[in-house]
Amino acid sequence: MPATKKELIDSLQKDILQLEGYKPPPAGTQQLMGLGPIEAAFPNGVFPLGTVHELVCGTTEEATASSGLITGLLSVLMQNGGVCLWISLTGNLFPSALVNFGAEADRLIFIRVMKDQEALWVMEEALKCPGLVAVIAEVKELDFKQSRRLQLAVEQSHVTGFILRNTSKKIGSTACAARWQVKPLPSEAVDGLPGLGFPRWQIELLRVRNGHPSHWVMEWAAGQFRPVDKKQVLIPERKAG
Amino acid sequence: MQKRYMSIWFRHLVTDWLMLRQPELKDLPIVLVAPEHNRMMVKATNVAAEAQGVSVGMAAADAKAITSNLQVIDYPLGKENQLLRRLGLWCIRYTPIVAIDLPDGLILDISGCPHLWGSEKGYLKTIVLKLRDMGYDTRAAIADTVGAAWAIARYGKVTPIIESGGQAEGIANLIPAALRLEPEILDKLYKLGFRSVKSFMAMPRTVLRRRFGEGFLLRLAQALGKADEHLKPIIPPVPYAERLLCLEPVRTDTAIEIAIQKLSASLCSRLQAEGKGIRKAVLKCFRVDGKMVQAAITTTRGSRSVSHLCKLFGLQIDKIEPALGIELFLLEAQKVEDIDTIQEKLWAGHPGLQDTALAELLDRIAGKIGPERIKRYLPAEHYWPERSMRPAVSLKDVSATAWRSNRPRPIRLLAKPEPIEVMALLPDYPPKVFIHKGKRHVVGKADGPERIEREWWLDRGEHRDYYMVEDEDGGRYWLFRSGHYDGHGGDWYLHGYFA
Repeated sequence: MPATKKELIDSLQKDILQLEGYKPPPAGTQQLMGLGPIEAAFPNGVFPLGTVHELVCGTTEEATASSGLITGLLSVLMQNGGVCLWISLTGNLFPSALVNFGAEADRLIFIRVMKDQEALWVMEEALKCPGLVAVIAEVKELDFKQSRRLQLAVEQSHVTGFILRNTSKKIGSTACAARWQVKPLPSEAVDGLPGLGFPRWQIELLRVRNGHPSHWVMEWAAGQFRPVDKKQVLIPERKAG
Repeated sequence: MQKRYMSIWFRHLVTDWLMLRQPELKDLPIVLVAPEHNRMMVKATNVAAEAQGVSVGMAAADAKAITSNLQVIDYPLGKENQLLRRLGLWCIRYTPIVAIDLPDGLILDISGCPHLWGSEKGYLKTIVLKLRDMGYDTRAAIADTVGAAWAIARYGKVTPIIESGGQAEGIANLIPAALRLEPEILDKLYKLGFRSVKSFMAMPRTVLRRRFGEGFLLRLAQALGKADEHLKPIIPPVPYAERLLCLEPVRTDTAIEIAIQKLSASLCSRLQAEGKGIRKAVLKCFRVDGKMVQAAITTTRGSRSVSHLCKLFGLQIDKIEPALGIELFLLEAQKVEDIDTIQEKLWAGHPGLQDTALAELLDRIAGKIGPERIKRYLPAEHYWPERSMRPAVSLKDVSATAWRSNRPRPIRLLAKPEPIEVMALLPDYPPKVFIHKGKRHVVGKADGPERIEREWWLDRGEHRDYYMVEDEDGGRYWLFRSGHYDGHGGDWYLHGYFA
């Protein structure tokens, strides 16, 4: 019977998820990240915390858009007074701007590193520290072994890690729970007024463990993420160079 | 506890050093000379010269006359202080308190140390033999007082160790010069027929004071232990310090780890009892080859957790080079602060800046990559973008003002604005096209300008007119023109990226 077959597959899938460390959240304690339709793409329909997310960004513009997305997520994560660590090689994140994305910059600790190796060492140490909410690292490259180490560190402490990979020449497989790509899109004028509209991004989930990769267009407006109707948006063809 | 002192006398300190430096002089008679009242006087000799009848205080010409093949060398002024300091630092492995006794000796406060070498005899023997191995002609003595130890080391003939309380008998048979007296007083004593200390030791003080003065009485009392004498240690003692002596010199990382573990355990239990925590600590490792290597740690909050200290030092073990082996570890807490135990319990496990786990994490990171690379920012009341934040002093530092959110600010701000080439339709219009690092951006939408004036009381220069622009691909940038438009466009810069 198809109904029983479907049930069987569903229950088997749940078992697999549990074996892989995904616990369905108990009813009522579900924490919404404010990502709207994106959250449905993850297993159990919940944004996975306590794992490592990887954001691929080829240009500074993309890296900035990715930072915007992360900061928007941090505003939810840091609500109960938690602290975040932001590890980077460039150290050009501007704390005064983070308040526009709802994050409290004075509870963010910036660590400037000189090499990828240092960044990964600091990140691994930080991910083991249960007192933190999230750890963000900007690195050039990340290989499977390094990502596996980070994933193991995170399993003990349930800190959420974000990795911004600044060069995406070749993307090998990693042990991260999700791989994102965030690209800036031209904004839409608000009510036909001149000037810039709300920051608008094309958010793409390239890979989700046990989820459904897809892409969305989102805006950051009035202190939260807002999905944009896809029909309105014309994604421009990017010119090479 | 009864104080015990050891006096070390280097008979030919500077000549020994010279012979070590120039081994070819070893068997020759040497004198070191320095001018005094327009005459060259002998300041130091060696054994070979003394055998031929040369003594300190002779005129150099006389010394040359009575010896053959005499090497006359200029006395290196101030050398003895330098040498004694070096030897004193070496002696730190035997006792923490070592003082220089110019011109040719060291005084060690050895109270509570000799039992580690079995007995005072073994202790004295070890030190003297090691110093002789180094090439210095050494004599040493141990007594209850600095004065008695000094006297026995230089003039004693029976035993170098004076039992506790026996200093009066110990110095009784010595000549008056053993009391560290001025030459004039010694002359006077000699004229009056006092050939040994015992001949005037029992005389009434009033009689002695009238003839020889207060200084003489003080020296006598100091030698007998009736007056205090203070030492000036070369390394001021640190109140919170622990030492660990190794039976055999250690070389392995594991051994260093064990040493750190032991030292921090005993230091932390002491700090625990006194309600204090370490902010800054130094681990000093004294090596067999006479060198000292050290590793320092700092913490963001006072800590007395053994595991935390071990982790912090663990990160630095690879910087400690054991070479042939380390024979003494010294852990010094150079800076301690009071910690509130109740507060510590209250914040444990609570997420936030006061979390102990966070402070410990930052300590580890600081130990690995350096504390200057960890920054936390607080808002500052400036419009000028580079000054709109200030680094927080500590984790407890809070800001009196809130972050400003009424103006758009880029999420990434370049440390140094990068020059761009710009084409604008009208002088005060936002740019239509800009070229940054060879890439051409066609501006679709723009906002601005927002003029930010330079704070003239802080620095000089042009104001900036900021524009927020979006190119056709959706990249959002923060551009500015420095100063007014003056006919040929003004200087344009890219200063940041919006999300």
